[in-house]
Amino acid sequence: MPIRNILIIMFTTVIALIASIMPLPLSIDAFRPDWVLVVLVYWCLALPGRVNVITAGFVGFLLDVLLGSILGVHMMAMAMVVYIIAGNFQKIRNFSVWQQSLIVGVLSALYHLIVFWMQRFLTDAVFLPSYLYPVITTIVLWPWAFLLLRKVRRHFRIT
Amino acid sequence: MNPIFKHGPSPQHRLLLVLFCSISLIFFDHKVNSFENIRGYLQSMVSPLQYLATTPKQIMTWASENIITRRQLISENQQYKISELRFHQQLLALEIIKKENERLRLLLASPLRGEVKKMVAEILSVDSDPYSHQVVINRGSDDGLFEGQPVIDDEGIVGQVLHVGINSSRVILITDVTHAVPVRVSRNGVRLVASGTGQIDRLTHNFVQHSTDVRSGDLLVTSGLGDKYPEGYPVARVTTVIQNDANAFALVQSEPVAKIDRLRYLLLLWPEKAPGIFAPSQKKAAPDKLVNKKSDNDTGINNADS
Repeated sequence: MPIRNILIIMFTTVIALIASIMPLPLSIDAFRPDWVLVVLVYWCLALPGRVNVITAGFVGFLLDVLLGSILGVHMMAMAMVVYIIAGNFQKIRNFSVWQQSLIVGVLSALYHLIVFWMQRFLTDAVFLPSYLYPVITTIVLWPWAFLLLRKVRRHFRIT
Repeated sequence: MNPIFKHGPSPQHRLLLVLFCSISLIFFDHKVNSFENIRGYLQSMVSPLQYLATTPKQIMTWASENIITRRQLISENQQYKISELRFHQQLLALEIIKKENERLRLLLASPLRGEVKKMVAEILSVDSDPYSHQVVINRGSDDGLFEGQPVIDDEGIVGQVLHVGINSSRVILITDVTHAVPVRVSRNGVRLVASGTGQIDRLTHNFVQHSTDVRSGDLLVTSGLGDKYPEGYPVARVTTVIQNDANAFALVQSEPVAKIDRLRYLLLLWPEKAPGIFAPSQKKAAPDKLVNKKSDNDTGINNADS
């Protein structure tokens, strides 16, 4: 794979990382979609040989550093979600975009629950329904992100 | 070209590898705290991303500060003039009281309180992680920040510095679940500990006896115990006191006086180490260094309570 393709994948991931730490008003903040998860899921669906569980673990680690959470929590959740995608990419690719977005919603819920379980296990966090609000926005985000990223991939002929 | 037969380890092995790494990271970071120094480096590594993420907000603030009518400016200016006059008058009274206080302290042979070094910092980003209450500020080790440094806003205590990077650092807020401040009731000096609850507007106080004299509306100020926060800064105002004999302890909750949910500018303090009663007096020049070393050790031990 040419360096350019790696750079484009890295660039989209970095944009997603920036979007996930961008300061927002407190009322909208609870609805912030999982940008990083969406981008990683797309690349894993499109190029499962390039973006895999280890990439997801590395990006999850960066997210841990950026968010200041306990190192390893987002790493674990991200890796588990991308593992599910990597195991079933051939099935999920053939679904329509809306069916895919529902699957991404379920994965996003799993992601937030894993993070919550780890926090619950390590510090005494209490579950609030607002922890799952991002699932809704992630479902809405997926079709648009999918179309945009597919355009990027086809334009730059990333394989 | 896509290979038909995959190379490299299978997804299961990769997952096991990542899970093993993440579990060991969690263990060493949370239970053993062996990442304290590395965190600083990581913080400086990702600080360009944080500066980049805050640019849209800065553009918006810049726009809203520059696009302003003349009338607004004039009215604001008038307000500032009036409040400056008021503060100036209060300052005059304060000077006299300060001198009087110093004289009284001299009479009692207690150490004088010096001026505290301060620095203004701006918030770079607020964490979107709902499990931890932290903010990132635009000052780092280049400005002389250190871990555990107290941070206040114009109303009261906000938190303390958690990780120091080169030009940005992370501040943990008093409402974080893992944070606690030693406080006392300013009305009668009863000592309490204010622990964060993970909710932005609530602190809780554990192990308060039923007979303790705490009322709702009491102001809680830092007690200076624990050597982290300087004494006497406002922390919270008591909101509920429920003394139900069915429970082992009274339920006391309070609300932070600092505007934790709308922070923009913060003040960093460099508190002077107050010499203890048993410390040798300042006049002896030689053991001065020793005292400093000892107090540094003290703060190391006291990390646990804050």
